[in-house]
Amino acid sequence: MQTEFTEDQDQFREIVSRFLQDKSQPIEVRRLLETESGFDPEVWRQLCEEVGLAGTHIPEAFGGFGFGPVELGIAAEEMGRHLYCGPFFSSSVMAANALLNCATDNHKAKILPGVALGTTLATLVLDSLNSPAQIGKTLQVDQGLLRGHAGLVLDAHIADLMIVIANSTDGLGLYAVAAGSLGITIEPLQTLDPTRKISRVKFDEVSVEVIGAVTDETLNKTWDSICVALAHEMIGGAQHLLETTIEYTKLRYQFGRPIGSFQALKHRCADLLMEVEIAKAATHHAARCLAAGEGEPYAASMAKALASDTYMKAAKEAIQLRGGIGFTWEEDTQLWYKRAKSSEVFMGAPNLHRERMISMMERQA
Amino acid sequence: MNETHDISPSDDAIRTELEQWLQDNWSPDRSLLEWRNILVDGGWAATGWPVEYFGRGFDREQVNLVHNIFREQGAVGAASIGPRRLASETILAMGNDDQKRRYLRPILTGEHAWCQLFSEPGSGSDLAGLSTKAELIDGRWIINGQKVWNTSAHHADYGILVARTNWDIPKHQGISYFLIDMHQPGVEVRPLKQMNGHASFNEVFMTDAVVPAEDLVGGEGNGWAVATTTLSYERRGAAPTLSVESSPEQPRQGLVYDEYRKELEIANEPYTWYPQRQGRVDLVMSRAKETGAISDPAVRQEMAKLFCLSKGAVLASQAAESKRKSGSNEIVPAGSIGKLAASVIARQAAHVHTMISGADAMLSGPDTAAQGMIAEVLISVPAISIAGGTDEIQRNIISERVLGMPKEQRSDTGPYRDIKRNT
Repeated sequence: MQTEFTEDQDQFREIVSRFLQDKSQPIEVRRLLETESGFDPEVWRQLCEEVGLAGTHIPEAFGGFGFGPVELGIAAEEMGRHLYCGPFFSSSVMAANALLNCATDNHKAKILPGVALGTTLATLVLDSLNSPAQIGKTLQVDQGLLRGHAGLVLDAHIADLMIVIANSTDGLGLYAVAAGSLGITIEPLQTLDPTRKISRVKFDEVSVEVIGAVTDETLNKTWDSICVALAHEMIGGAQHLLETTIEYTKLRYQFGRPIGSFQALKHRCADLLMEVEIAKAATHHAARCLAAGEGEPYAASMAKALASDTYMKAAKEAIQLRGGIGFTWEEDTQLWYKRAKSSEVFMGAPNLHRERMISMMERQA
Repeated sequence: MNETHDISPSDDAIRTELEQWLQDNWSPDRSLLEWRNILVDGGWAATGWPVEYFGRGFDREQVNLVHNIFREQGAVGAASIGPRRLASETILAMGNDDQKRRYLRPILTGEHAWCQLFSEPGSGSDLAGLSTKAELIDGRWIINGQKVWNTSAHHADYGILVARTNWDIPKHQGISYFLIDMHQPGVEVRPLKQMNGHASFNEVFMTDAVVPAEDLVGGEGNGWAVATTTLSYERRGAAPTLSVESSPEQPRQGLVYDEYRKELEIANEPYTWYPQRQGRVDLVMSRAKETGAISDPAVRQEMAKLFCLSKGAVLASQAAESKRKSGSNEIVPAGSIGKLAASVIARQAAHVHTMISGADAMLSGPDTAAQGMIAEVLISVPAISIAGGTDEIQRNIISERVLGMPKEQRSDTGPYRDIKRNT
């Protein structure tokens, strides 16, 4: 298994980072979060055509670049750092991972090339974002017709295609349906993190195409793959917060000295760095485990639990160490704080992942 | 054949030469001292040291190879465990030729045991604030003062000592570094019993103790730089102890093994509780299953937090290590971060062990859980965030050297004599 990044991977990170540095400045993030769509189609086009990010981890046979979870993680980490607003997570991470893990080759060949190019905006419809064990409780397919609702669907308002995991008499299955199909109601919701657009989606006897079976194993693998990419996004954000907070404490003077010279603050920053380094290492490790198909079965849950707690801690400290200015709308920290809170509970809160981890370890030992 | 001679031998060449040499020289029936003298003369005692001083100038990988071959052959290596290694590495790096000639060999052969005389009751975190006095009188240094936390001082023949030789200049500049003979009337060693009942350390009282002028290391007033060298070796951690046993059930036979085991037992004795101060994460899952605490969701959460931290810290230090190897310019904060993480892990482990044991945690001794190891964890963990630099000092190091945050304002910059200190 890989234990460090290759030179190519470092270069890839550099390319992604430079692009986002240019296209996803906080002022742009602020402009987009006010819009209904929440993203800039022109930047998305460039991201897909010039950098090729949408197909990073999709095999070449299905129109992608054939890299794996490690490169997907690098892209997600940089996006988290720059708070990129766009359908990357819903389409390339969530929908593509469900397709890769659960769809038949036939359907992969049909659907994935568009996702890889970024011309198809897909999203994954799950009836729970809390736990894989809750999946299939409300969405039901009967004789090819989908009923039920999903309370939280990422980017449903801009999606062309919905990939749905739903239950039927044959068990869980993967289904596809065009977002504009008859019987689908998309209701955009107000989100705590305005950079992450979420809708409630209702299905009223919607005709869907079955595109794969979902087993316990493939469901958990899909969940894990999404969590590992999400953990990368979170540690990217946490690193950004740590770095900007340190800079702030060096520039801000009180009592005739930079506040960063006070031990009360220095020690908190040191603790935060330690936590960020640990979460980062666990997250990179989880991607390498996925790529190699080996390692601890709980690596993904460990990464998600650590990244969630660390990102939130970084966000709280980033505000506290800035004092009053940190709580204002004008200060950018609030943008990352909201992303941290939203990510903490997205795809399983830390408690869920810790419980998942212990049950796997218990079985192993 | 390549025309330029590579002075560094290949791994195969090392293996061939050493295996042949061991075949010709190694015998378990010699006394330990007799064997170690042969070892030093043969140049295999400290292969990482320079050729002029008993070594072969090998790099880290080559030294590891030599260790592995010794282990494979069941051959005993040079004495290296404990503070003697700090002494030898410091003398090698900062001592003069005469000091190297006199002191290094008996360290390698195990004839001389050493101790470290740095910390004082009045200066713990602030080592450079030390107040043990060294005065040059009639060509000899006369030492007066008290040291503390001196591991193995009760077995030591010599000590590496820092003492103040000038009280009228800033504190770091008035310190000198000495090699002191522990067997003299002016040196008294008393064991220091810790809260967990072990006495791994000592207090050392020096009253008109004598150090010959030639045992000053690095020159008068340069003691801080020499001490920093010692501390850098201390931070690198203990050298791996060369175990010669092939299996615990069948101890190897021979005089050299008997004497080596005795040496190890004495040298390791202060460290028997060290795994317990790290929290014994390895016992958590088995204890949780054995007591049934594994079915308590609150315990499971705390266990998972512990495993996340302990596994994450290992991964983080591996990541730092591969960055270091690749020669990255990025500051790799491995040491201090690892030490800080170890404290957090140990505290969380003690917390989890307490939850698992419940009221049984009120007991201690060999008849309690895990042969008394759980009880020992609970009363040993407070040491980890203090020994070898407190967590607070580690946080200073991380914030200043890694994060580049400004230094705390100091009130100890003038002549040492004027600095407020413990009385």
